[in-house]
Amino acid sequence: MTLSELIDVLSGKVLVENIGGDEEIPRGGAADLMSDVLAFGTEGMVLMTGLTNPQVVRTAEMAGINVIVFVRDKTPPQETLEMAGDAGMTLISTGYTMYEACGRLYAAGLPGRGPVKIENDSW
Amino acid sequence: MTTQEITKVQELIYTTRVEQVMASNVVVLQASMSVADAKALMQTKRISGAPVLDGSRLAGIVTMTDVIRAMEMGKLDAPVSELMTTSVRTAFKDASVVEVVNSLGREGFARLPVVDREGNLVGILTTGTLIRSLLHEMDISFQKKETEKIQTYRASHIFQDILSDDTSLVLRYIVDDKDFANAGKASSMIKRSLQRLQIPAPIVRRVSVAVYEAEMNLVIHTDVGGEIMVDIRRDRLAVSAVDHGPGIENLEQVLQPGYSTAPEWIRDMGFGAGMGLANIKRCSDMMKLLSEPGGGTRLDILFLFGDNVPGVGGKGEKKS
Repeated sequence: MTLSELIDVLSGKVLVENIGGDEEIPRGGAADLMSDVLAFGTEGMVLMTGLTNPQVVRTAEMAGINVIVFVRDKTPPQETLEMAGDAGMTLISTGYTMYEACGRLYAAGLPGRGPVKIENDSW
Repeated sequence: MTTQEITKVQELIYTTRVEQVMASNVVVLQASMSVADAKALMQTKRISGAPVLDGSRLAGIVTMTDVIRAMEMGKLDAPVSELMTTSVRTAFKDASVVEVVNSLGREGFARLPVVDREGNLVGILTTGTLIRSLLHEMDISFQKKETEKIQTYRASHIFQDILSDDTSLVLRYIVDDKDFANAGKASSMIKRSLQRLQIPAPIVRRVSVAVYEAEMNLVIHTDVGGEIMVDIRRDRLAVSAVDHGPGIENLEQVLQPGYSTAPEWIRDMGFGAGMGLANIKRCSDMMKLLSEPGGGTRLDILFLFGDNVPGVGGKGEKKS
């Protein structure tokens, strides 16, 4: 799925733009727990979250994620927007809840990363 | 022009506003002045057209074509208002450049007076001012990319001219306690440095995640902050996070996934779930935690690049 298709499916609003609309998004993930993003996030995936503090951007940066979607029309503080600008990240907000945002993307063909086990060492 | 450059121009056209590409020192003519005076003014200022003001109101626009027409008719003494074009195409200063490109390009307008939402003249846009500004922006973006390339080249060749049996590069970062807003800054710098050193991406990723977890631990759990050190060699990378904070009561307990002593406000921000050390362990090839109550904490993390992965610089010869 391309980024512009993704924005379409979510009726999303672009808050910070850094990635081209034809960029291919390989998969999606959702978490409000940043440790989960670090543990299960994969390179290039889109992250759905309800948190808007600047550490969300930092966490995504470390996990190799460069597109973040804020659910329930949350507006992140200025620091978050600025940090995303510096880190070359695209931020999007959508009116859907986390459940529905994920559901719509999954139904539209955006996969997740499949079953995970915390014990295994594969990265 | 490559695809990437086209995208850059398109991006600029969409994201740049008219006021960023206009000239704001506009030469204006008054409706009452004679065509001869207007001609003289345009010649001195070396421009081929200018907006006409009636008082402070935008009344029309006059170009050299109008002046030539007036000369042919012998009307050089007539007021400008008799010859000017009165239906003026203008542009709003907060409009995006893409909106005016059409007027300048396809419709052939040579200049667009720029007005604010109250209708006051604030500048003028010509193909010249537009192209100059876009070229300037592209130059800046090109320079940024070139700078990053040079920085990457310099960093990745740092080991090549050093004579030793084994060389290592040590990076040190100070982490302040409870400084949540700046937490992750060290990790961000480490990630960027490792990329410039051209360490393979999967390793950069593992190191980034582990270092970030360690940095968050320093921010959340120490009352004095701490230090992060990264020791980079050809075939391995060692990270140490050291603090002189309160120390850890029960080392076995903190290694249990899910065990956490983080305060509520930290949890509200999505951290402190007790997964940090488990996560570090999973990313690294070896992890060692040393601590005692009152004696501070030291976390050592080791990453091995493996046999097939070239080390820093990619050309480092291995000893057999």
